[in-house]
Amino acid sequence: MDRPSQRLIRLDLEQQTLREVNDFLHQRLPHEFAGGEMPRVEILNPNGRHNVAVGLDTPVEVDILGHAGYFIAGMNKAARVTVHGNVGWSVAENIMSGTVRVKGCASECAGASGRGGLLVIEGDASSRCGISLKGSDIVVAGSVGHMAAFMAQAGTLVVCGDAGAGLGDSLYEAVLYVRGQIAGLGADARIEPLSAPDHQRLTRLLAAAGLPHAPQEFQRVGSARNLYHWHADRGGAYG
Amino acid sequence: MPEPLLHLEESRSFNRDVLAYIQHAAETGLYEIRGLGAKRALPTFDDLVFLTASASRYPLEGYRETCATRTVLGARRARQPVELDIPITIAGMSFGALSANAKEAIGRAATDMGTSTTTGDGGMTEEERQASKWLVYQCLPSRYGFNPDDLRRADAIEIVIGQGAKPGGGGMLLGQKISPRVAAMRTLPEGIDQRSACRHPDWTGPDDLTIKINELRELTDWRVPIYVKMGATRVRDDVKLAVKAGADVVIIDGMQGGTAATQQVFIEHAGIPTLAALPLAVEALEDMGVADEVQLVISGGIRTGADVAKALALGADAVAIGQAVLMALGCNSPTWFDHGAAIDATPDYHALQTAPGYCHHCHTGRCPVGVTTQSPELELRLDPDHGARRLRNYLQVLTMELTTLARACGKSNVHHLEREDLVALTIEAAAMARVPLAGTNWIPGKPSL
Ligand code: SF4
Repeated sequence: MDRPSQRLIRLDLEQQTLREVNDFLHQRLPHEFAGGEMPRVEILNPNGRHNVAVGLDTPVEVDILGHAGYFIAGMNKAARVTVHGNVGWSVAENIMSGTVRVKGCASECAGASGRGGLLVIEGDASSRCGISLKGSDIVVAGSVGHMAAFMAQAGTLVVCGDAGAGLGDSLYEAVLYVRGQIAGLGADARIEPLSAPDHQRLTRLLAAAGLPHAPQEFQRVGSARNLYHWHADRGGAYG
Repeated sequence: MPEPLLHLEESRSFNRDVLAYIQHAAETGLYEIRGLGAKRALPTFDDLVFLTASASRYPLEGYRETCATRTVLGARRARQPVELDIPITIAGMSFGALSANAKEAIGRAATDMGTSTTTGDGGMTEEERQASKWLVYQCLPSRYGFNPDDLRRADAIEIVIGQGAKPGGGGMLLGQKISPRVAAMRTLPEGIDQRSACRHPDWTGPDDLTIKINELRELTDWRVPIYVKMGATRVRDDVKLAVKAGADVVIIDGMQGGTAATQQVFIEHAGIPTLAALPLAVEALEDMGVADEVQLVISGGIRTGADVAKALALGADAVAIGQAVLMALGCNSPTWFDHGAAIDATPDYHALQTAPGYCHHCHTGRCPVGVTTQSPELELRLDPDHGARRLRNYLQVLTMELTTLARACGKSNVHHLEREDLVALTIEAAAMARVPLAGTNWIPGKPSL
């Protein structure tokens, strides 16, 4: 949201190289505005380019106006990045903090290995959404593809639509909530009852994502923790 | 009455080792997991010898004429390439697999010798960043503890696709080693048997890798080089794909490469020997016309200055050592040192049902000499000062052996060693290294000169 006094800086990827745009966001922006109010930054004409706004480390608001490619806002810290379009693979991978919001759909591996912060996808996310998750919260307003939250270690994946096959395969301590149909659970994932802390967590995340659903509409998926230690009778599950 | 003479004939196929394997499998229902590298006999650099100078070439004087060892890695695109004093680097070994004292000793010795050390699965520790002048930060499939701040303070980034001990396999760390600190660094519950991923979570094929490499470059503002490390299997194709994806440095880890813990079946039966892998990697770089731009680091069973010299002569720009580092720190030694006094560790080896010289029990976390452990009590057996001094000595010896051989070949720079300086003692080594069998001009597979 624009505040009346807030400066707006426009960077145009048809006029500037990706290097110049990222260099501005990494070096010049924190330097020039240190101590004062951060401007809002608009990035025009992403046109499917990869690696836009990766590695941000400043509490700045960035709007990417259009569709973008792979690794958008990768490893984000502190910044609030909104993509007004669809994104390719691995949006906000390894996100540390801040918020990344995709107004459209996301391709595979959205939020892969994220360690903190919030990723919101207003459309659908493809397969392996939240793979290897390590602490981030991910809210998908639509559905997710197969193998979502594969090997997810910590954090939350909220899916307001349906989840594809192999949901939560080899899950550790991450928790998944699904409002629609679950095509199938992966190895060691199980449906668990919703408790009061789940309600609180869902209420908080749905509010942060701006979604109207009620917590009781969701099912909780957690780890059965049967694969935490190697035993002969579980040999088949280890492959 | 004399005992009757028994005629005992052991089966070649089902010998005592095989029997033990079958009986262990039958008893436990689990495959064997262990540390270190391949133990079986393999073609190695020992099967090559140098044709040092004589009447047809003249040598350099050992103590008067200098022989340069400086090695620059990753100058192709990075603003700050890695500039080392010696072509011997320290391979990635994780905190978790290694104790904090071992990591610190390694960092200090590497810094004193002007070379680089490498993080491992589990992230960068403050101790190793402080101790290491040149620290290579690994980007592994597990991404445990992976952090953009650490990327920004690394001196190079190494994308690990695989390693020689287990190409195609992921990392392992058994419950005994998941201490509270290790668990916190990896975002895992304490004490679980951790099996890390074998594929990266955010990219799969070589085209994705190109974009991933660019992401890491953009994130670090193109400051540091990007290495790609792979286990030696389809080396020629893999090196070409890594270079095409943008690698500044390619690391090839042969099947002798070590590990803290993996399945024995991987260690002994997957990948090709370092000797076979190196010429394939060199040919791939030459085919692409980038041998002068992209540096090649070879690892997997490098032990001596002669190994280093032979690797360089065959076309490597540097080597990486891992297991030998542990051994310099005391791995498989019968004693550990307490304020200079040698203390017998043999009973501790016996407790692991092994003995000094035979140990490969890093996976247990009960390292008798304090190198690969997270136990506070065992960790004290490796004093970082003592360890750093020993590793420095070892690196010094490797370097002196390397320059001794290079001078004897008439080279004023170790990087001038060349394939023409070598011959092979076995047909296998001649075929793999593409150098003539000693006493002949025959390279198997090539028309005679
Ligand atoms: S002595 Fe320690 S480092 Fe060496 S093999 Fe045994 S457990 Fe591993």
